Amino acid sequence: MELLKKYPKLFQWLFLLFVFLALCFAIDVPETYKFIRGQAEFVKDPNQSTYTLFGKEVRYYAFDVLWRLPPLLGWLPIWINDFLFFLLNEWMPMEFWNEDTQEYKTRPLVLQITRNITASMTFLIELIREILLGGVKTVVSFTSWDWIDKNPWAELPGLPWTIVVAGGAILGYKLSGKGLAIFAGLVLIYISVFGQWKPSMQTLSFILVAAPLSFIFGLTLGIMAYKSKRVEKALYPILLVMQTMPQYAVLTPAMVLFGIGDHSAVIITMVVAIPPMILLTLLGLRAVPSEVIEAGKMSGCNNFQLMTKVLIPTARRDILIGVNQVIMVCFSMAVIAAFIGAKGLGWNLLLALNQLNIGLALEAGLCISLIAILLDKMSLAWANKQEDYFGNLTFFQRYKNSLFFAASVLIGIILAYAGSFFFKDSFNYLSEIPHNKGISFADFWNRGVDWIWDTFFQTLKIFNTWLITEVLQPMRALYLRMPAVATLVLVVGAGYIIGGIRSAFTVGGLALFIALSPWWDRALVTTYMATFGVVASCIIGSIVGTLCQQNKYTTNFMLGVCDIFQTFPSFVYLIPVMMLFGITDTSVLIAVIVYATIPATRYTIEGLRSVPPALHDAATMSGVTKLQRLFKIEFPLAFPHMMLGLNQTIVFALFMVIIGAFIGTEDLGQYILKALSDKKGAGKGLVLGICVAFIGLIFDNLIRTWVEKRKKHLGID
Amino acid sequence: MTDAVIKCESVYKIFGANAKKMLQESNGNVDAKTFQKKGCIVGVNNASFEVSKGEMLVVMGLSGSGKSTLLRCISRLTDATGGKIYIEGQDLLSLKNKELIELRRNKMGMVFQSFALLPHKTVLENIAFPLQIKGVKTEDSINKAMDMVKLVGLEGRENYFPRELSGGQQQRVGIARSLAVEPDIWFLDEPFSALDPLIRKEMQDEFLRLQEKLKKTIMFITHDFDEALKLADRIAIMKDGIIEQLDTPAKIVLNPATEYVKKFTEEVPREKVLIIEDVMEKSNNDNISDLKVSKDEIIENVAEKILSQEKYVGVTDENNKIVGTVHPSKIIHTVFGGRKNNE
Repeated sequence: MELLKKYPKLFQWLFLLFVFLALCFAIDVPETYKFIRGQAEFVKDPNQSTYTLFGKEVRYYAFDVLWRLPPLLGWLPIWINDFLFFLLNEWMPMEFWNEDTQEYKTRPLVLQITRNITASMTFLIELIREILLGGVKTVVSFTSWDWIDKNPWAELPGLPWTIVVAGGAILGYKLSGKGLAIFAGLVLIYISVFGQWKPSMQTLSFILVAAPLSFIFGLTLGIMAYKSKRVEKALYPILLVMQTMPQYAVLTPAMVLFGIGDHSAVIITMVVAIPPMILLTLLGLRAVPSEVIEAGKMSGCNNFQLMTKVLIPTARRDILIGVNQVIMVCFSMAVIAAFIGAKGLGWNLLLALNQLNIGLALEAGLCISLIAILLDKMSLAWANKQEDYFGNLTFFQRYKNSLFFAASVLIGIILAYAGSFFFKDSFNYLSEIPHNKGISFADFWNRGVDWIWDTFFQTLKIFNTWLITEVLQPMRALYLRMPAVATLVLVVGAGYIIGGIRSAFTVGGLALFIALSPWWDRALVTTYMATFGVVASCIIGSIVGTLCQQNKYTTNFMLGVCDIFQTFPSFVYLIPVMMLFGITDTSVLIAVIVYATIPATRYTIEGLRSVPPALHDAATMSGVTKLQRLFKIEFPLAFPHMMLGLNQTIVFALFMVIIGAFIGTEDLGQYILKALSDKKGAGKGLVLGICVAFIGLIFDNLIRTWVEKRKKHLGID
Repeated sequence: MTDAVIKCESVYKIFGANAKKMLQESNGNVDAKTFQKKGCIVGVNNASFEVSKGEMLVVMGLSGSGKSTLLRCISRLTDATGGKIYIEGQDLLSLKNKELIELRRNKMGMVFQSFALLPHKTVLENIAFPLQIKGVKTEDSINKAMDMVKLVGLEGRENYFPRELSGGQQQRVGIARSLAVEPDIWFLDEPFSALDPLIRKEMQDEFLRLQEKLKKTIMFITHDFDEALKLADRIAIMKDGIIEQLDTPAKIVLNPATEYVKKFTEEVPREKVLIIEDVMEKSNNDNISDLKVSKDEIIENVAEKILSQEKYVGVTDENNKIVGTVHPSKIIHTVFGGRKNNE
């Protein structure tokens, strides 16, 4: 009894667990139930029943309601689809002037709008692409194809790679100094020499359109949210869902609205990249000290002056970190957007993975990662750069970077021109090294993969089989064995114990949405994979983090490693695991573990580091041993921060599980991927995405609420 | 009173959702505790006072006493919940946004506790900022700002960024910025609180020197009673949003109005605050010594001389006419009497 009074929460948890287990045992598996591999809800099956809802036929299994809830939300995707179709093809037909045919044409409004957006996006992408690579389409859009035929000289020549290399190096030097300049130069030379120039520049052009647009929209929306509580409240739920929404899921609706190609890839990327920009803008503006704002007001600023001259410059760093985030999201999307036809490195990577050509995939992946790291470092350097006073510099000092660039452009053009004489019959290597004509190590890597398979096949296979039969399948069966009611009770109960009635309602609502959708079973599989990944990542991450934190050098080293790994687009992780484990669940899980270990490690280190040094000293003076200090002082204090890391770990793991569908898993991700090739997949893709986002949000809500309470209890922040 | 530059009539500032309604219902009798029960926090409670031209009013109070809130009501960085505020006869609360901006651009300057400099601008640009906002030509604003740099003694550092300056130097920039538009009214919100004691003293002296020259109308906020005594023409002591006492430093030290004020005055070395006029007797005594002291001398400076006498010492005014006398025992009583257990 005394124990009970001391730990009331513990008792509550035990009671909840007891109820949950009792429900699990009380509710038997119905005889008709089986986990169907295939499209459960659309296949005629003797066990299936149908009913009509709003004129639509909905099929469901005649489950015991306690066991699985009926898929009452089965109509939602269909509705979304119909709505999109209606919007696009029937709503508000209007007369529009058609340039090509020189006449008015009746078209639905939304269709016209999306087509216009498409056209302008395509123009922007082509413009930048042709500046980098050369081409005629930009000129065409100002004139016509006939004109081009008559004037064959009118063509954008494309920048020789030498100029881009010099430009990158000079930019790196300006932002941070010699180190970054050398790195930038090496990366760009590598890309060029290895014949990845064209796809790289395609990817880059796509990012150079998507990132600035996302920045502008994100900044504007962020400012609006800062100024008006109402806008913020309206944006908040969207931002929250977008943070946990797998990027796959937005592909399908965009495909329906904008079609396939680079332009819709840009739009998708913007959809994903704008939320973090909004959040960071808001954060930065909020962090401006109130006295600085007051000083601005007392200097007589009107609202516009206050925003442009005081708030934004003061929040500069946070806003530029937002730019960094935008660029990173653009890179991770560069691969995913290849699913709807974005050209470039991502496309090549996808193609190579599809053909199981690991060597080629590795090269493309390496290129993406290198460019991502380069742009990450550059944008961070920009954010951290502090302005210097330059009023007293000479003309040369002030403009030396521009002068150097102008000189390198000149030299580059001369070299390219000279090259055209030297390489008369073949490609002009001084202007552009064509794809597949550079050096390639693909064969070497492929042979390496073969060697690994030949040598370790038995060992790997034994490990693989053991993992699948002894660990994964039982775990999956266990998850699927949970009756829906028991799961809901567990979720709502946990919400109640952690955050009271409000939290219980929130997480209960989120879980109920998934339970009522036709994909509960799949969601369970997703959760099981994510759980496995998260548990493994947390164990590895906390151990590695704790060990590294003991020493200043290892700490910095590990944080650096985390930084670099985090810049890799998530798809890249699939390459080495496929290399080692082939196409199995194990591969996905290992990718999940590797990917999710990054935040686990990082937050462990940061959490332990945030323990005030004074406490450290106080503990030492009380004569604790190192282990005692770790367990009695540092862990309890760092725990809230580490839990935030757990939050991130879950989000990362869910993302990777969904992306893993590309290798072949049987969870929600598989369905999202299927929806991509389905003409009517938009609604399905979106609802599936929301389901995944909701799984993430359930954990997010629980952990955040707990952390806030705990922090208040400990008096941190 | 025509020369009242700032005039407050029962100003209230109450934070909370229904503040305005509750204030109306309370009929001016605001009780902080009952308001707090209903979710409202009283910042300023019925403040009425005037500041005349060229006068320095120091508002003293501990943290949470509402002194900064009062200042922000008068600069209208927050809107007062009730009451009237007049700036040079203009009703501040009825001003439109444009007129308010105009007022701030021309009449008001403010210095902040944490300096509140713009991190992306140099010292010179920071000082020129209010001028440029106002639309002054760049060259003129830079020239004016350069004058200000000289005024606060930062020559040679005009191209530094705030991050490269020490706290004291940063606050000099803040002071220069607030003076750049040559305002008539100068608000200072705990300007020296974030500085080290030695720098603080230096800045106070500097500030007095500036005020000697500029003769601005000043509202100065501080939590440091000694600072208030040193600088003020008059002091307003605040507690829980209420002005407990508003008077000259000497009168506050001699006659604290409430127990709360007394707690501050008890520890004050009187000889440093009071002047001879405060302790002299008006009665004309013939039996005086040869020594004469001016009535405006601070006691500390002449105490030794007076104590060396046995008879009454004559007190003179500015025309060297004897206006009163003071006995050495009075000095001893002033300095040592009236402290904690001697009352």
